[in-house]
Amino acid sequence: MTINRRSLLAAPLALPALIGSARAADPFKVGYVYVSPIGDAGWTYQHELGRRAVDAALGAAVKTSFVENVPEGADAERVIRRLAQDGNQLIFTTSFGYMNPTEKVSKAFPRIKFEHATGYKRGPNFATYSARFYEARYLTGVVAGRLSKTGIIGYVAAFPIPEVIQGINAMLLGARSVNPAATIKVVWTSSWFDPGKERAAADTLVAQGADYLTQHTDSTAVVQAAEEKGVWCSGYDSDMLKYGPKTHTTAVEMHWDDYYIDRVKKAMAGTWTTGDVWGGMAAGMVKLSKLNPALPAPLVAELEAKTADIKSGKLVVFSGPLKDQSGAERIPTGKAMADGEILGMNWFFEGVQGRV
Amino acid sequence: MRLRLEARQQPSQTMQWLSPFLAAVLAALGGGVVFALLGHNPATALATLFLAPLATLDGLTELGLKATPLLLCAIGIAVGVRANVWNIGAEGQLTLGAITGGGIALAFGGEGHWWTLPLMLFAGAAGGAFWAAIPALLRTKFNAHEILTTLMLSYVAIQVLGWLVHGPWIDPEGFNFPQTRMFADDAMLPVLLEGARLNAGFLLALLAVPLAWGLLSRTAVGFRLRTVGQAPAAARYAGFSANGAVWFSLVLSGALAGLAGVCEAAGPVGQLQPLMSPGYGFAAIIVAFLGRLHPVGILSASLLMALLYLGGEQLQVTLQLPIAATGTIQGMLLFFLLATDVFIDQRLVFTRGPAHA
Repeated sequence: MTINRRSLLAAPLALPALIGSARAADPFKVGYVYVSPIGDAGWTYQHELGRRAVDAALGAAVKTSFVENVPEGADAERVIRRLAQDGNQLIFTTSFGYMNPTEKVSKAFPRIKFEHATGYKRGPNFATYSARFYEARYLTGVVAGRLSKTGIIGYVAAFPIPEVIQGINAMLLGARSVNPAATIKVVWTSSWFDPGKERAAADTLVAQGADYLTQHTDSTAVVQAAEEKGVWCSGYDSDMLKYGPKTHTTAVEMHWDDYYIDRVKKAMAGTWTTGDVWGGMAAGMVKLSKLNPALPAPLVAELEAKTADIKSGKLVVFSGPLKDQSGAERIPTGKAMADGEILGMNWFFEGVQGRV
Repeated sequence: MRLRLEARQQPSQTMQWLSPFLAAVLAALGGGVVFALLGHNPATALATLFLAPLATLDGLTELGLKATPLLLCAIGIAVGVRANVWNIGAEGQLTLGAITGGGIALAFGGEGHWWTLPLMLFAGAAGGAFWAAIPALLRTKFNAHEILTTLMLSYVAIQVLGWLVHGPWIDPEGFNFPQTRMFADDAMLPVLLEGARLNAGFLLALLAVPLAWGLLSRTAVGFRLRTVGQAPAAARYAGFSANGAVWFSLVLSGALAGLAGVCEAAGPVGQLQPLMSPGYGFAAIIVAFLGRLHPVGILSASLLMALLYLGGEQLQVTLQLPIAATGTIQGMLLFFLLATDVFIDQRLVFTRGPAHA
């Protein structure tokens, strides 16, 4: 397109048309709000893959857009509102801190549908969704229990919120299912994305005897540290094998593709309803990523069997007996934790070293 | 013929004020090139960046809302820099203001007292002032430079906030997520326009502009500050206290930053979270210099900075341009500002004849 004086002058006049609302014949508009830049691995990247899958599946019938690197706070509400005013009819807000802003905007735009990832507030046009990441985390615990020689797993974690605590406890259960003496050491970084701090935490953990590392943060720093130190590790959010070709065993990989396609289709068809979806491995929302070719064959077979058991419901991760750090039994044998208890989990199991 | 930079006899007043505008124009031109390279019509993209956010009343109110914390922090920073006191830690003072003001909101909000909100504002300003008083003490008693201490205390303040929202102040019904209860309605700043988010905090920020201007250019205190900053020896001779200037400017800028913090908490956020500001305290340093350390200049600069944030979002929403494109333009703005600032003290002269070896 060439620039001339006319197009320069006309540009401001054309604006209302640019930001005008959607007409009936226009594609169905779907908006996404991301908490970090997309990058090439991590939490936001997996949501972006989901968005691209919607584009690929529904083609010209939809028009998706996103706003990346939106801070959780005062700015989020404006961005969500902007997407609503821009004619998006379904808006996904993909980080916990967007909960209150999304709720406020959903009340102001009752005819637009909102979906918020990992939160607990809902409304008639305001649904929530998340995944049982802890199911795959349990399996990485099995890997760690089998591969670690010291039995010490180093865990770099962002914030002591239930989702993170679930992962740590699930990993411990997985590890102890094959090595009853396994323990987990936790270091908090107080940030979802801080490669420098994550790296320092990983170094500390290795110095304390950990020979298997994992993280609940969004960068690849821990995987890279493990590769350099020559200790095993598993990634989170995305397949991080390319950052640790020798030592990255597998990762807890998130898949929002099918969920997003399903929800967009329902919204287009007028059958969308509010509610909460908390799918696990059976729903395909969480998977183990490609296994490192160096893993021994019996372990691979064990993982396949346990994956099948989790999917079929034969293996329920948080089932008793479960003891807290003081050794007191919190969940008796033969009883599983209810979803409500898992969602509010704020205590470590016996065998986790560190404080919530 | 060749070009040469030559020192001016005295700094050019014209360039002093022309430089930000030149920088803005150059950044817009550079941005146009970036947009063209990304395959977009530069005119449409520039209009989306700079004009679309201003096209609606809603956009204008959001601009004011976004500019409020930048304006408050930047004015305080500028008062300090005039006295050669460098407060790099407005971010921390803002955070502490959010903590102290938010603490009042959590303690007394919802009880219907008329004094809740005024007390919150006072506590926010006092919290920020207290946080800035620590570097003032360290500077005047131990000669520890405030650039380091204010910056380091920022991280301390953020950790204190993190501890509070993860621990004692956590919302008991919040599933252990790190945030406080939402503030009650009587602990929230009144909005200026039904349906918008722009609140009374913006008026406080606007009020700070003439007050700071009056202070700096119309009072003896302002004169002392500027003298201490520009001519320390003369100030000593005149008996102006350098320590007094450190205390005054740090406490004042801390109070303004603290006010910005409580206005964020009791305004658009409505609760305390682990992070109350996406870096307003640091961005305000840029705003202060972009605004030539003059309150009116800072008002314009804070609005321009806010516009860049809003326009960047608009670019993503309507044209699907990555956030990095906006970052590039912000970077160019500062780059060109530094470049054009060269001409305040220097001028370009053409010389004829052969070049020297």
